[in-house]
Amino acid sequence: MKLFRVLIRSIQDAFKSVFRNFSLSLASISCITITLIIVAIAIVASFNVENFTKLIEKDMTIVAFVSKDATTEEVEKLKKDIDSNKNVASYVFKDKAVIKEDMQKESETFKTILSQWKDEESPLKSAFQVKVKDVKKIGKTAETIENMDKIDLVRYGEGMVEKMVKTFESVEKVAYGAVIALVLVTIFLIVNTIKLTIFSRKREISIMRLVGASNFTIKTPFIIEGMVLGLLGSIIPILFTTFGYISFYDHFDGHLYSELIRLIKPEPFIYTFSLIVLVIGIIVGMIGSARAVRKYLKV
Amino acid sequence: MDLIRLKNVTKQYKNGVTAIYDLNLSIKKGSFVFIIGGSGSGKSTLIKMLYREEKPTKGQIAVGGLNVAKLRNSKVYKLRRKLGIVFQDYRLLPKLTIYENVAFAMDVIGAKKSERRIKVLKALEVVGLKDKVHNYPDQLSGGEQQRVAIARAIVNDPKLLLCDEPTGNLDPEKSMEIMKVLDNINKTRGTTILMVTHDKDIVNKMKKQVIVLKEGRIVKNKEKGIYYDEAI
Repeated sequence: MKLFRVLIRSIQDAFKSVFRNFSLSLASISCITITLIIVAIAIVASFNVENFTKLIEKDMTIVAFVSKDATTEEVEKLKKDIDSNKNVASYVFKDKAVIKEDMQKESETFKTILSQWKDEESPLKSAFQVKVKDVKKIGKTAETIENMDKIDLVRYGEGMVEKMVKTFESVEKVAYGAVIALVLVTIFLIVNTIKLTIFSRKREISIMRLVGASNFTIKTPFIIEGMVLGLLGSIIPILFTTFGYISFYDHFDGHLYSELIRLIKPEPFIYTFSLIVLVIGIIVGMIGSARAVRKYLKV
Repeated sequence: MDLIRLKNVTKQYKNGVTAIYDLNLSIKKGSFVFIIGGSGSGKSTLIKMLYREEKPTKGQIAVGGLNVAKLRNSKVYKLRRKLGIVFQDYRLLPKLTIYENVAFAMDVIGAKKSERRIKVLKALEVVGLKDKVHNYPDQLSGGEQQRVAIARAIVNDPKLLLCDEPTGNLDPEKSMEIMKVLDNINKTRGTTILMVTHDKDIVNKMKKQVIVLKEGRIVKNKEKGIYYDEAI
């Protein structure tokens, strides 16, 4: 009951104090707002990069063409060998007849040309489409498959795709680093702005301590005040990034430059990152004021 | 029974100045004690150690059963709730009314609202300021402000009242008013009062226990003592 009363008083005090020291509160809020906008953009960017890196990795396939003269038994042996490879996640075997049908479906031109060929003179080859578990080892796996009997040719988009994945990986790392650095900078700025607010209430704190207020009682209103500042400071960044992302997504029709780089659908992604930004704002405000008030509790 | 007990207490400041040398002292419950001495005699240091603004370098201090010398920063409030403190500069909050200033001491320890009103008004009655509850500190004279500070100090019924030169800023007439209030609190509530002062008249008129400090040592501890110039 007593704790409850102290807590209620703290929350009331926090709101009162935010409005009583409005100019200083505004300074803290705008400082949180500006950094959170950058944090939010960095979060959106890193989530997207992570998302399409994964999609591209998932799409990466090794295509291994089987020699024309391979017998049914030899194909069966190849199936077994590919299946037993440790890095192979799954494989699909497509007979040349199936490939022919697939191609015929794609366009009218193919359909007429292909229908003229008989099975014996068809230039098409049966092929394995192999998906790997670890994209980084795709080159080695492709090599192993190429060395198998009755395999003619292996292709996996070597070079270009690997470079792309590597680039995205470093972009992602930089984005995460930026988020962490910005959060630290925000905490530092908040500590200093809240210190100003607290400095004007130094006397009040010292009197509170003299009349027997526990550190918890003194700290709580300041910490709640910090949380309120963080909450108010994250409103604009959330609105900015939410509407910004939706219009960005609509403008580029869901993908950048090519179909390969797909953006995350706005829903429910906007809710997820809004929540993340809100939580970061509140925690940053909380840590900031807790650190700022600590200095005055040592007497 | 002893409310305060100091055993072999030494206080040396970081700059090397030793304010208190190997001091032993015990103060009985319900007594009214003056601590006098010249500048630098260690009287302020002594009272600061009692409310744990300063920590002793060596020795033990017990106040109302609490081991003050070993009290951690986060537990200081436990000691402060057992005592009331009055300062020379009143230390009131200018933005709060008289009533709110006194109630503040009850708020921070989480007292009930119903209990609060009764106790605050009673404390203000003891110091004779019941008709000024809605005024602000700057609308009051120095003597009245000090009486508000006393009301705030006694509102939680402490066993001990520490006064650090409470009459230092007041003229003799107002000083005597403050002393009457303190004497009344001591007699009617049984609150132990420890007062640091160098007001000769007050000490001589009150005829209470007097402890004389000189260069960090007790040179005299007398019941119904008076202020000898040669003692300083």
